[in-house]
Amino acid sequence: MPDDIRVLIRSNLDIVTARQEGRTLAARTGFSATDVTLIATAISELARNIVSYAGQGEIVLRLAEGTNSRGVMIVSRDSGPGIRSVDDAMRDGYSTSGGLGLGLPGVRRLVDEFFIESVPGRGTTIRVTKWLR
Amino acid sequence: MEVPILKQGRYLIATIQAALSDEDLLHLRRALLERVIQFRSRGVIVDVTALDVMDSFATRTLRDITYMIRLRGADTVIVGIQPEVAFAMVQLGLTLEGVATALDLEEGLAHLERRARSSS
Repeated sequence: MPDDIRVLIRSNLDIVTARQEGRTLAARTGFSATDVTLIATAISELARNIVSYAGQGEIVLRLAEGTNSRGVMIVSRDSGPGIRSVDDAMRDGYSTSGGLGLGLPGVRRLVDEFFIESVPGRGTTIRVTKWLR
Repeated sequence: MEVPILKQGRYLIATIQAALSDEDLLHLRRALLERVIQFRSRGVIVDVTALDVMDSFATRTLRDITYMIRLRGADTVIVGIQPEVAFAMVQLGLTLEGVATALDLEEGLAHLERRARSSS
């Protein structure tokens, strides 16, 4: 898709870039200040997971077109070690890197749609969407 | 982006002026602790009004700063958390347990003054 905004995530500096790109796209799409912040925060956490668990990956931002709504889709992709148990990772309080263990369930609360696919040894893709209302 | 730290009598005021990377936050943590020791400060205010996102790392670092400074016998107040940032933090499940917060710089200073009076 030509409108994709692709941010390579290789260090903690890229986390700032990714969330600023997301903030700009969300504001341009017409989201409220609160929703723009929710979107930027979700991007920050997803990008942080890439840096902490996979070392590098990418965040792709794109406009989402629904039947009668528009939104922003965030795709987080890495070729890292993957998540052994997605069910465990989606439980509040679970962490394998000594973090707060709130990452993914928290991100899910910030958005409207949440999709995760992870293959151990192959990597993780997380796709979330926030719709304008 | 370095965070300026202003010395105001017995207090230190750190005013964050733009989005911070993880490294910037860790630098702030180190710089504040050094200054608290250097100036024998009794209180610290961290003004986060300009922060448009407080994710898990930022929240944890601010909490660490507060706890470290408390071990030196000084108080920390976080001021200026924006309403939408507060909303996002709660949705994400982040808390600042045991950390004093105030609306703005003025309220933060008033909090430190009250603490100083009650402990003297």
